[in-house]
Amino acid sequence: MLSQTSVPHFQQPLLKTPFHERARALSQVDSFVAWSGYTTVDVFTTVEQEYFAIRNAATLYDLTPMVKYRIAGIDAIAYLNHLVTRDVTKLKPNRVMYCVWCNDAGHLIDDGTLFRLGSNEYRLCTADRQIDWLLASAIGFEVQITEVTDEIAALALQGPTSYAVLKALGLTDIGKLKPFELDSFLLTGVPVTISRTAFTGDLGYELWVSPDAALGVWDNLMAAGRSRGIRAVGSKALNIARLEAGFISPHVDFISAEHTVRVGTERSPLELGLGWLVDFDKGHFTGRRALLAEKVRGPKRQLVGLEIVGNKPAHNALLYSDVKGRALIGNVTSATWSPTLKRNIALAMIDAPYFSTGISLWAEIYLNRELQWQRRMSRAEVVLRPFYAPQRRRATPPADF
Amino acid sequence: MSYDCIVVGAGHNGLVCATLLGRAGKKVLVVEAAEQVGGSAITREFHPGFRVSAGAHLFYAMPNSLLRDLKLEHYGLQWAARAMRTTVLQLDKGPLSLAVGVADEETPGLGGSEGLALASYQAKLQRFAKALVPMLAAIPPRLGTEDWSNRLKFLKLAWQVRKLGRHDMREFLRIIGMNVYDLLQENFSSSAVKGALAFDAVLGTNFGPRSPGSVLTLLHRMAGLQATGQNAIAQPQGGMGAVSEALAKAAQGAGVSIKTGLAVQKILVDQDRTSGVQLQSGEKIGAKSVISNADPKTTFLTLLGTEYLDTEFVRRVQHIRTQGLAAKIHLALNSAPCFTQISAESLAGRLIISPSMEYLEKAFNHSKYGEYSTAPAIEITVPTINDPALASRGHVLSGVVQYAPYALKGGWENQRQRFMETVIDTLEAYAPGLRKSIVGAELLTPVDIEREFRMTGGHWHHGELAFDQFMMVRPVPGAGQYRTPMPGLFLCGAGSHPGGGVAGLAGRNAALQVVAEDS
Repeated sequence: MLSQTSVPHFQQPLLKTPFHERARALSQVDSFVAWSGYTTVDVFTTVEQEYFAIRNAATLYDLTPMVKYRIAGIDAIAYLNHLVTRDVTKLKPNRVMYCVWCNDAGHLIDDGTLFRLGSNEYRLCTADRQIDWLLASAIGFEVQITEVTDEIAALALQGPTSYAVLKALGLTDIGKLKPFELDSFLLTGVPVTISRTAFTGDLGYELWVSPDAALGVWDNLMAAGRSRGIRAVGSKALNIARLEAGFISPHVDFISAEHTVRVGTERSPLELGLGWLVDFDKGHFTGRRALLAEKVRGPKRQLVGLEIVGNKPAHNALLYSDVKGRALIGNVTSATWSPTLKRNIALAMIDAPYFSTGISLWAEIYLNRELQWQRRMSRAEVVLRPFYAPQRRRATPPADF
Repeated sequence: MSYDCIVVGAGHNGLVCATLLGRAGKKVLVVEAAEQVGGSAITREFHPGFRVSAGAHLFYAMPNSLLRDLKLEHYGLQWAARAMRTTVLQLDKGPLSLAVGVADEETPGLGGSEGLALASYQAKLQRFAKALVPMLAAIPPRLGTEDWSNRLKFLKLAWQVRKLGRHDMREFLRIIGMNVYDLLQENFSSSAVKGALAFDAVLGTNFGPRSPGSVLTLLHRMAGLQATGQNAIAQPQGGMGAVSEALAKAAQGAGVSIKTGLAVQKILVDQDRTSGVQLQSGEKIGAKSVISNADPKTTFLTLLGTEYLDTEFVRRVQHIRTQGLAAKIHLALNSAPCFTQISAESLAGRLIISPSMEYLEKAFNHSKYGEYSTAPAIEITVPTINDPALASRGHVLSGVVQYAPYALKGGWENQRQRFMETVIDTLEAYAPGLRKSIVGAELLTPVDIEREFRMTGGHWHHGELAFDQFMMVRPVPGAGQYRTPMPGLFLCGAGSHPGGGVAGLAGRNAALQVVAEDS
């Protein structure tokens, strides 16, 4: 299903996802971006409209380009436990786990979600293609690794009314699905795997279907969700939501150690505030010895949440410990004005010892006032993540909004 | 029963390492899978009444200082021959004899100017080899550390080269990365001289004379040879097995226990530290340190297991080039071979079939495409000339044959016999009547060498000796100083610096490293 035309795939600059036809029809501003070799929408109408649908209604987001690997075999558990920093033996069938994996030096290669589909069958969803690393990690393990990205159409149904939309389609059992759980369902006769997973920090589901059934599923969801305010959203609105949820994004908040060129630009999970994902007691995994040494030493820097005075997003702002901007201590990696929280938030990488919660520092923000550039030093405070975590994201069964 | 150290494999390096650890007061156990000690330095029967050094067949790499330190002569090692001559056989002309390691202006069969060229070339390369001797003997420094003792080691290495003087240093740096073909073309016109000198550069390697880095392997061999002092190329009484037996006695003299016929199945790990070994019988033996004489691939990928190692490290180990391409021929003869025009002294020495560099390069060409050489290069010894006791009646011919690639197209099973015929035909051309005198024959291909001596790929260096697998990056970065990423696990085999040949230096350095870590 790589291509829907007769043109060979290597002559197509970008592939179209199985949902492309619908996305094209709904796009009002014709704004498409490349994502892992596919063309996808970053804005359908306006970012604000789409963002508020994520927080107040239901939304469809095409995540087919997310790279997916099938990992199976008798050593699948041992292999994955050696690959990622979390204890995979604790992942039960039909459960999903967020995890990261590192190189020998304990530097992050990527993060992703791991789905346990059977006793020895897993699916790993990642931002970037990883086959080289995954195969190198498989030396000595009895395991088969196959990329299945184009065999599965993936659609995120996110927002407070998403549960009601699925229930309206006859999925009465969907209410039993707990966060990070997955199951198989029949959606108007079509087999669909649904996981209660989200990149929005809110109530939401991800649907995994055969590409042939993709358009039918889209249409049914749209029809069932009409009274619940459903709409298609692009990556820009999603980015605001993920930042409110405090999730990190590859290429933005960190660069894979496989891609960095400059020394010192790699990041460890401890630096990214993902120490809770690193299980030193589970046995060996790649990077363990380096991470243990780093833990003993203490991280040199850390990714933290910032709340910044004012309402101007601190995009790419340099951070100082003093208002005069003499002592540079870090920089913002992601920033946004949070429409729901009415707070100016950011993720920032800050040097030791300035990353403790409650520490106050200064952000150098540049403002474009009708082509007049102004510089502003705004006070910022290190705050706990996530910025936004509504109770409804965890309620089982979810509320019928 | 628990030990301070378990050495896995009683090859010569394992025995050297065990001896020095025993002397340092450690409680040491050596476990060897084979029934006899020695690894590939053993003497065994290959035909009823005929014995041969089954793997290594000449002793040319162990420094005299180490030999004396281990008191091998005290433990029964005797010499059947020392300072053996090298003679290159030629079909159309008489053989050309070269005294090893000696500037020999009066080499018979060489014109005056060629003799002078040889003398000056030998003298120059001997100076360079001398600069390499301490580098090969020492534990290589680590790259990228701030540690001053490491920096000092680097400075010492640099000083060895700088000490050569301005002219020699430039010349050394010019030629060290070159191929031996170009180097010899610069120096000689006689194809026999070039063939003979190039042979030593490619012996036991995946190189032809034109392969880059073949000057390095030549100097590596010359440095080893130089450190042996007056022994040069020697033949132990009773074959190479006698060296191993003397080493075993030296080890036992240092309080080391040696158990043969016990194959290690797993290196045990507890809390991210080596805790001992598990034998194939299931028996577990505890130890604070495990020192592996097995090749790095076997050690890491089979005995330890990749689950205890990081991915990049495993990938590097997987990529160590270990495919051997030297075969061993053993012939049982009912009479001494009659090489044309050969003197008695030469027959007691080392004979080489490598009449020119072109011959050698053509022999190598086949191996690049997974074929064996149709006209192979051979290093021949007739050990029974110096040591008649090896055969009850008749003589033994032992030869290292190149090139016989490990991964032969179509596999060795169906082609071993054909290759053996090719080898015998080649020998017959230089020693008419040889074929008729053969009463028994054995050919060990790299696949057989892998099986018999448990070395991955049947490579006698446990991994190609080349710039990218040399010194501090041998066998791979992360295991370059006999230490490994797994605390308590060490390497002591030829896969580590300074590589193969019966040198014992890897074993000695590993022992120093184990002791240093404990103190």
